[in-house]
Amino acid sequence: MTTAPAKAGWRFRQPSVIPGFGLTLGFSLAYLTLIILIPLSGLIWRSAALGWADFWAIATDRRTVNALEISFGTAFIAAAVNVVFGTIVAWVLVRYNFPGRRIVDAMVDLPFALPTAVAGIALTTLYAPNGWLGSLLAPLGIKVAYTPLGIVIALIFIGLPFVVRTVQPIMEEIDKEVEEVAATLGANRFQTIARVLLPGLAPAIVTGFALAFARGVGEYGSVIFIAGNLPYKSEIAPLLIVIRLEEYNYAAATAIAAIMLALSFVMLLVINLVQTWSRKRYG
Amino acid sequence: MEVRVANVRKEFERFPALHDVSLDIKSGELIALLGPSGSGKTTLLRLIAGLERPTRGKIFFGEEDASQKSIQERNVGFVFQHYALFRHMTVADNIGFGLKVRHGPTRPSAQEIRRRASELLDLVQLSGLEKRYPAQLSGGQRQRVALARAMAIEPAVLLLDEPFGALDAQVRRELRRWLRDIHDATGHTTVFVTHDQEEALELADRVVVMSQGRIEQVGTADEIYDTPNSPFVYGFIGESSSLPVKVEDGQVWIADRPIGLSATQAPQGEATLFFRPHDVELVDECNGCIAGTVAASRRVAGTRRVELEIGGERQRVEIELPVDHPAAQKSRVAFRPRRWKLFPAA
Repeated sequence: MTTAPAKAGWRFRQPSVIPGFGLTLGFSLAYLTLIILIPLSGLIWRSAALGWADFWAIATDRRTVNALEISFGTAFIAAAVNVVFGTIVAWVLVRYNFPGRRIVDAMVDLPFALPTAVAGIALTTLYAPNGWLGSLLAPLGIKVAYTPLGIVIALIFIGLPFVVRTVQPIMEEIDKEVEEVAATLGANRFQTIARVLLPGLAPAIVTGFALAFARGVGEYGSVIFIAGNLPYKSEIAPLLIVIRLEEYNYAAATAIAAIMLALSFVMLLVINLVQTWSRKRYG
Repeated sequence: MEVRVANVRKEFERFPALHDVSLDIKSGELIALLGPSGSGKTTLLRLIAGLERPTRGKIFFGEEDASQKSIQERNVGFVFQHYALFRHMTVADNIGFGLKVRHGPTRPSAQEIRRRASELLDLVQLSGLEKRYPAQLSGGQRQRVALARAMAIEPAVLLLDEPFGALDAQVRRELRRWLRDIHDATGHTTVFVTHDQEEALELADRVVVMSQGRIEQVGTADEIYDTPNSPFVYGFIGESSSLPVKVEDGQVWIADRPIGLSATQAPQGEATLFFRPHDVELVDECNGCIAGTVAASRRVAGTRRVELEIGGERQRVEIELPVDHPAAQKSRVAFRPRRWKLFPAA
C-alpha cells in the first residue's frame, strides 16, 4: 500500500532503485495506445458522428437488443458452466495421478489452438438433428443446433481453457496441511471443499470467469455455424455487426460495436473491483 | 485423555518409517518427541492424529481403539509448523471453525461460538484481534491463533508438529514458556514434536528420544540427560565426548595403559567410553588418567573448549575448562572424567 501523505495528493509510486521505470512505462503507454486505444477511439469517433437520436434508435432497435441479449446471455451462461466444470477438470489434473494425465492436460488447450470455425463446424455436425448427438437428443425434444443452446455449447468449448488455466496454478499451491487441519477439526470432505478450499480459489475462479465471459461475448467463428443465425432468436451481436457492414451501414455497425464495448468494459471493471477487494482482504 | 500406542509399525511404500513402537502417554501429560530428521517423530504424531494409518499395531485413546476411527471422529487438535490458518477467514472464524462444522445439537449457537472464540483469544493473549485476517498477524501471533483453533474443539489430545520451528529464537523462547503456562492452566494431554533438545528438555514432563524409526529412551529431562541408555542418546542429548577403550580385569584401558576408571560390571572387551566435556577433573600427576596433546582451544561463551589428541591413534576428544584455567596454556593436559558410561563397541 502506498501511504503518501494526503497533502501530496496523487503521484507516481516511488520506482525501485533498478533503472528503467520511465522507459518501460513510456513504451507500455505508447504500445497500448497504438494497439488498443487508437482503434477503439476510432470506433467511438465513428459512432459519435451518428448523432444521439440515431444512435438511440439503433441501440433500442429490437433486433439489436435481442442480439446483445443473446451474446451477453449465452456468454454468461457458458462462462458459469465453465466455472463449475473447468474447476472440476483443474481439480482432477492437479490432485490425481492417472495414466494419460498429461494427454488430458494438453487436450485442455486445444480450443485455444483450433481455428474456431473448425470447432463450430464440428459441433454443428455433432449436434445437428441428424448428427450423432443431435439424433439422440431430438426424440427428447431437445434441439441444440440452430438455437441459443447451441451457442452456449460452442462458447463452453471456447471458454474452457480460460477457467482451467487460471484456476490450475492456484490450486497447485493449496497447502495440504490446510485440508488436514480442517479434517482434524471435524470437517467432512464436503465442508472442507465448500468452506476452506473454494473460498481460497475464488479470486482465480472469478478471473477465469471474466476471461471466459469476455472471450464468449466476442466469439464469432465457432458460433455462426451452430447458431443458425435467426434474427431475434439466435443472432449474436458480432454477426449483426458483420451484417450491417455488408449492408454498407457503417454507422449502425459501429454503434452496436460501441455498445458492446461499453457493456464489456463495465462488466470487466466490476469483476476487477471484486478481485481487488478480495485480494485486499485475504492478502 | 490417556493415549496408548501399541506395537505400531508404519511403512511408506515398503520403506519402514516406524518399527514396532510402543508408548504410554498419561492423561494431562506434556510429552516431547525428540529426534533428528528422519527419526519418525512426525510420523508417530500423524499416526496418533489419524492423518496416517498404521501398517500394523493399534492406538488407543483411553480404552477405545482409535485406529478404527476417522480423523474427524478422533477429536484431536493438531497444530502445524506453518500454522495452516484459513486465509480467507478472520481470526474469530478460524477459531470457531471446528464448532461451526459440527452437525445437529452438538453445534453451539453462533453467539456461543463467538463467545468461545473471544474466550480462547484471551487465553492466548490476543484479545481484540477477532476481526483481523491471518495475513495481518505476525508469525508468533498466527501460531497462537492456530493453537486456540485446535483447543476450541476441546480435543482429547493436543498434537503440535514443530510448533515453534518457523519462528525466530526470541519469539520461540517466549512462546515456549507461554505454552507451558497454557498447558498447566488447561491440562490438555499434549504431544509435541521438536528437533530442538533444549525446547524438549525445558518444556516437557517426559521426553521421547527417537532415532531411525525407533524409540531410544523415554524419561524426564533429568533421566535423559544424566542416565542416557544408549550411545545415540548420549551423543544426541547435550555435549558429549567419546573414546574407544578396552575393558580388562575390571579396569578401563586406552591402548596399554589403564586410565584409573574401574569397571567391574562391564563385559570384557572392546567398548566406547562416553563422558560430558564439562564433567571432568584435571590431574597433575598422571597416575591412571587420560592424557593428550592440545590440538585446539576455543572460547565458547563462558568456558574454554579444548580439543585433545589422545594416544598413538590421535583420537580427538573435547573437554571444557574454566576460561582462566592455566591448563589451557599448556601443551599437554591430563584429566579423568567424573561421570562416564561404557557401551560395548558395536
